[in-house]
Amino acid sequence: MRFIFKTAYDQDLRLFRHGGQVFWYGLLAVVLLAAPWWASEYTMTQLHFIGIYSIVGLGLMLLVGFTGQISLGHAAFLAVGAYTEALMQAAGWPFWLSLPCAALLSAAVGIVVGLPALRLKGIYLAIATLAFGVIVEEIITRWDSLTGGNSGKHLKPVELFGMKLDGDADFYYLVLALTTLACIALANLLRSSTGRAFVAIRDSEISAACLGVNLAKYKTMSFALSAALTGVGGALYAHKVTFISPEQFTLLVSIELVTIVILGGVGSLHGAVFGAAFIIVLPQLISLAKDYLPAGVAGAAGLQATVFGLVLIGFIIFEPLGLYGRWLKIRIWFELFPFYRKGMFRRQKTYMKSERLR
Amino acid sequence: MKFFSVENLGIRFGGVVAVDNVSFDVQRGEVTTIIGPNGAGKTTIFNLIGLIYPATSGRIVFQGRDLTGRKPHQVAELGIARTFQNIELFEHATVLQNLLIGRHRHRSTALWQELAFTPAVRHAERAQREAVEKVIDFLDLQHYRDTMVAGLPYGVRKVIELGRALATEPRLLLLDEPSSGLNPEETNDMAFWIEDIQKGLGITVLMVEHDMSLVQRVSDRVLALNEGRAIAEGTPAEVQAHPAVIEAYLGSKEPA
Repeated sequence: MRFIFKTAYDQDLRLFRHGGQVFWYGLLAVVLLAAPWWASEYTMTQLHFIGIYSIVGLGLMLLVGFTGQISLGHAAFLAVGAYTEALMQAAGWPFWLSLPCAALLSAAVGIVVGLPALRLKGIYLAIATLAFGVIVEEIITRWDSLTGGNSGKHLKPVELFGMKLDGDADFYYLVLALTTLACIALANLLRSSTGRAFVAIRDSEISAACLGVNLAKYKTMSFALSAALTGVGGALYAHKVTFISPEQFTLLVSIELVTIVILGGVGSLHGAVFGAAFIIVLPQLISLAKDYLPAGVAGAAGLQATVFGLVLIGFIIFEPLGLYGRWLKIRIWFELFPFYRKGMFRRQKTYMKSERLR
Repeated sequence: MKFFSVENLGIRFGGVVAVDNVSFDVQRGEVTTIIGPNGAGKTTIFNLIGLIYPATSGRIVFQGRDLTGRKPHQVAELGIARTFQNIELFEHATVLQNLLIGRHRHRSTALWQELAFTPAVRHAERAQREAVEKVIDFLDLQHYRDTMVAGLPYGVRKVIELGRALATEPRLLLLDEPSSGLNPEETNDMAFWIEDIQKGLGITVLMVEHDMSLVQRVSDRVLALNEGRAIAEGTPAEVQAHPAVIEAYLGSKEPA
């Protein structure tokens, strides 16, 4: 068991709370930095995607998990980021400029989408963002002169300060750096006043407003930040797949992104990364499992979608805290060994909430 | 200049006149209590002051500033804090985080600084924490500092909500039924705290309350409402003896 004695307020402000965390995160950093030496080419590609999806997952997590605003149109921000990057690269802009532009443009679109969020809640907001996602997909398909329509756009490898990042390892370090940056930036945000305002809006809009949180401003800000991160993810995605077309930014992709957040665990940054890893690895597991399934099942169309759906339903029923919740339980089991009790995480009934004001 | 005054305040929901032409003043440094039977419009007045509902008529003036046309969060920035009848805490956050959100109006850092967690942010966070720790000491919440709100007993939540309002360092504190759902011992504590808030911290209090012994103990002035109208105003003893108040609570003597 570990006991942490708190003797200074700074202890609650640190990113790493104790030596154990420093050790484990350090080990993780070493393993990830050394990936080009231990990982096969195939694994490297998987790691690229996990990094990219983590950035997008973190963006969506900020919105869904911490601000409590649902979005079923996040593929649109991914598309805005990807196409901005593609067009700017084609126009000869350097990567260090085009990436922030992709983020900024996505953020601007995020603000526009955030406007209905000021009036809509829950399922209505979900529908509004869903409609937005479909509109953007349609615009990309029809605006031939700019986006190339269904014939799509090709991208060249990233060029950063004169270095061509065309090798697996080069691109991997770029993604790793940006993912780490996104994690740290969000962790910083959540331990300061803006992050707390987001959480306040998630848990009770009425009390947030009564404590001085400007709901319109902070909801818009959350949409903008979330969209910006998704835009960065989109730009990297575009470089990874080297060819983008409207089919890569459909409603199904939006739902996949929400799945990352829910599977990973709503309301935790770890969850976004876990969810991203899971969603990348699951299709591989399915294709591995196909060898052992009867031919009728293995060959059936929609097997992957079915498995995804079942996994999602399973998580909502049995582990609402997602992968992060499961991880937390395992960790606490070890930390408290042998005192872990089964009922420790049983969900408590919440007390009566006022219904007059909503 | 009056500290806080409500002039001819009214609101109607369709055909229902919930608050009808109510006027009253709150003197600086006093505890003013609004009493009245269920549905008298007490909480509605609080929601009108907090600008949760737009008033149909009348105006609210706080320290010479008219609240009409402002947004709810601006009320908080002027220094008015409130608690809720049925508790509106941030369930999935710790007690400490709940109180820190109360410090929102004292924030001083920009978004980019927070994303990078610059030394300025660290400094600001330390100051916020110190302010919150004072509230924790004041209300004896040390024990619950790092617990999640979801799962805490009702009485404790009530105190946390009071603490969150105090963390904003308000000039005027609105308490919506501070003793509802509390046992006699907790009600007694609440009475001590209200006295301390008034006398020790020098915060003006406006509250809605049903428990008459608590009302008598802490209030300087009492306003009685019935069916959206003010029916009596004065010291607690005066209001309790007022025939209109007795009639509102117990009914009149004449046979039907």
